[in-house]
Amino acid sequence: MTPARTTVISLIGLAVLVVAPLVLLAILPQNQAQFWTSNILGRGLVFGLIALSLTFLATYGGFISLAQMTVAGVAGYTVAVLTQGAVPTIVGGLPYALTIPAGLFASVLAGLLIGAISVKTRDIYLLMITLALAMGVFRFVETNIAWFNGYEGIRNVVGPDIFGLSFRSTYVFYYSVVASCAVLYFGILYLVRSPFGLVLQGIRDNPRRVSALGYNVGQHRIAAFGVAGFIAGCGGVLATIYNIGISPGSIGLGASVNILIISVIGGLGHPIGAFVGSIIFTVFDTFAATIYDRERFNTLIGLVFLIIVLVSPDGVVGLKGRLMALLKPKQAKEAKSP
Amino acid sequence: MKTKITRRTAILGASATAVAAGTFKLAAPAIAQNAPIKLGGVATLEGPFATGGQDGYRCVTMELERRNWTIAGRRVEFIRESSNAQADVALARARKLIEQDNVDMILGPLSGAEGIALRDYSRTLTGKSIINGSSGAADTTLRNPSPNFFRFNTDGTQWMAGLGNHVRRVMNIQDVAIVAGDYAFPYAQVFGFNIEFCRAGGRVQHYWAPLGTTDFGAQIAQINRSNARALVVVHGGTDGLAFMTQYAQAGGQLPLIGGSIMADATMLSSRGPHRRLMVGMISGGPIADINDDPMWRDYVARYRARWLNEGGFQSPSIHGVNYATNLQGIIAGLEAVSGDLSGNQAAFQRAMSAAKFKNPMGADVSLDHNRQAVSDIFLNRIEERDGRAQTVAFERARQINQTLGVPEAQFMALGAPSRDNPGCVAA
Repeated sequence: MTPARTTVISLIGLAVLVVAPLVLLAILPQNQAQFWTSNILGRGLVFGLIALSLTFLATYGGFISLAQMTVAGVAGYTVAVLTQGAVPTIVGGLPYALTIPAGLFASVLAGLLIGAISVKTRDIYLLMITLALAMGVFRFVETNIAWFNGYEGIRNVVGPDIFGLSFRSTYVFYYSVVASCAVLYFGILYLVRSPFGLVLQGIRDNPRRVSALGYNVGQHRIAAFGVAGFIAGCGGVLATIYNIGISPGSIGLGASVNILIISVIGGLGHPIGAFVGSIIFTVFDTFAATIYDRERFNTLIGLVFLIIVLVSPDGVVGLKGRLMALLKPKQAKEAKSP
Repeated sequence: MKTKITRRTAILGASATAVAAGTFKLAAPAIAQNAPIKLGGVATLEGPFATGGQDGYRCVTMELERRNWTIAGRRVEFIRESSNAQADVALARARKLIEQDNVDMILGPLSGAEGIALRDYSRTLTGKSIINGSSGAADTTLRNPSPNFFRFNTDGTQWMAGLGNHVRRVMNIQDVAIVAGDYAFPYAQVFGFNIEFCRAGGRVQHYWAPLGTTDFGAQIAQINRSNARALVVVHGGTDGLAFMTQYAQAGGQLPLIGGSIMADATMLSSRGPHRRLMVGMISGGPIADINDDPMWRDYVARYRARWLNEGGFQSPSIHGVNYATNLQGIIAGLEAVSGDLSGNQAAFQRAMSAAKFKNPMGADVSLDHNRQAVSDIFLNRIEERDGRAQTVAFERARQINQTLGVPEAQFMALGAPSRDNPGCVAA
């Protein structure tokens, strides 16, 4: 796909997301429309943002990190610890206008740190070291009462008022999420065409050659983790506000693996896969228990993901290419036959 | 090669259609003239308390079946959701039930932190009620209670009533080691134990471990070296099983005192070396397998007849009985208003607050001003009966309130139970 076409398709996707709440209101009763807007699309996009940070690293740098949920959690916990009104009050007293930037700053630092620690590793070793870091942070947060309130985490992070409107309102939340996603998504599309993005893709394809050209591979890698940290941090802040707080379960093994699953089922070939995968994941996570036996619904979720990955190893986004490839030679054959 | 891909595509097409069909079916609004009462359920069918959550649903299903899915003349639709003992998951499920399924009330959740999260969520609702399932953290109703949150089961602190005094005065033990989960519910239990035990001159050493811990080796080594004369185990579910198994394998010898979800059918029905140690364990709680009350004997008989061949326990678990008790509260409220939920459920909620009934154990249940149950607590001993370990009630404390009889202002002044405030204050 040419960049121009990608942009057009992305803009169409954005337009769909912008009008989706109105369409839902037209076809569903009001409370269900709000549920779909906030708890399916909104929640999906928030986790899509965190998955986007992984997709960015994987697609353009070739780094698969399991610590992106952790980075998101660093941002979420920073906001929860500092914000006025959170229960229990740990530092508290600061308005969201300060704590959200502080959270994002902390997540960038966390991203850079993880990038620096794992700078020499690749492939399965990178996966292992990021997993170890993620579990280390998770266990630390879970057992630390003084700063993170242990297993119960920090609650009552209700979010700021934007232009006098409460963040808890379905539509304020939803459009804030859509706006964040749009900015970060198009930001990534821009970034990967910049010199930095091109070097990053060079590192993915052949780090040794990039090094020979005079670029510092390590610094570029660390910077890429920093960028991914910022994206994950945005997702982490939004997820914390969505959940009205944060607890260690939100950054545990299950949550970290979920981000990887979202990225893989969406497809690691293009950043848009993160959002596609995340909305599919959210729909199944929410409704699997309704569709299938409630005591076994995780089986259904697993099965669906297995099918997606089996049918299309490059995720849902890769499907289109597969279908095209499938149809084209067939048409050619039919044209030849008398 | 080509055909292979075609087949895959076909499978994909089929599954995509199925998914789409499923989604659309869900999106269709449920409209009915004589609308049934919609009761949502949140219980843990995954994670450390999966067996407890399943039993909760068993007892609820059994009661609804007995009433032919009708309460106060209205049909009941029971929509079950599963959580994994994490607050954010329970919250997501509750939101789905309220906003998507449009339930009138939620029965749940099962564990402490979930309970606090749903209590906070219930405050944001109008015209909906959340009735606790089996969660037992004290602060869910004691501090910042929500007007829409009701709890007909006693809490973790109440369940320990009488246990501390029994250990100190009857068993004459002065030093104990307490192993407990590091979250709201065990805090409440430890608090309830310590209030009596420390007042009577006991000394305690705490060993906390987060929920989901699998390796207790370091703690067990410390306990075996300490001068504790008894071990109080306030774990439950898979954590409790892991702790007890490892303690048995490490050759633990101390007399055991159990938290309420430790000495329970969920633990006693699991196989392993822990069972030998658990015989003789003393515990406190709202239920006992063997309790000489006709209501309870009848309840156990019905439970066994219904569930023994479908994965049920030999005797209903604490979570099952708690869910059943809370369902009774809902039923009492609904019957008092003849199933009328109009007026944002105001009359229904008033009726629930005033409800009085006997729970499956034959204990009287009523609510205090925080919509928290006041009921009977049993002291139990685990004995071998009929070839299996069972909890046998040997003492019954009647009508225990949430502050264990301590005046409320004085009790509140002790502060909220936490690992830094485990309630151990010498008299």
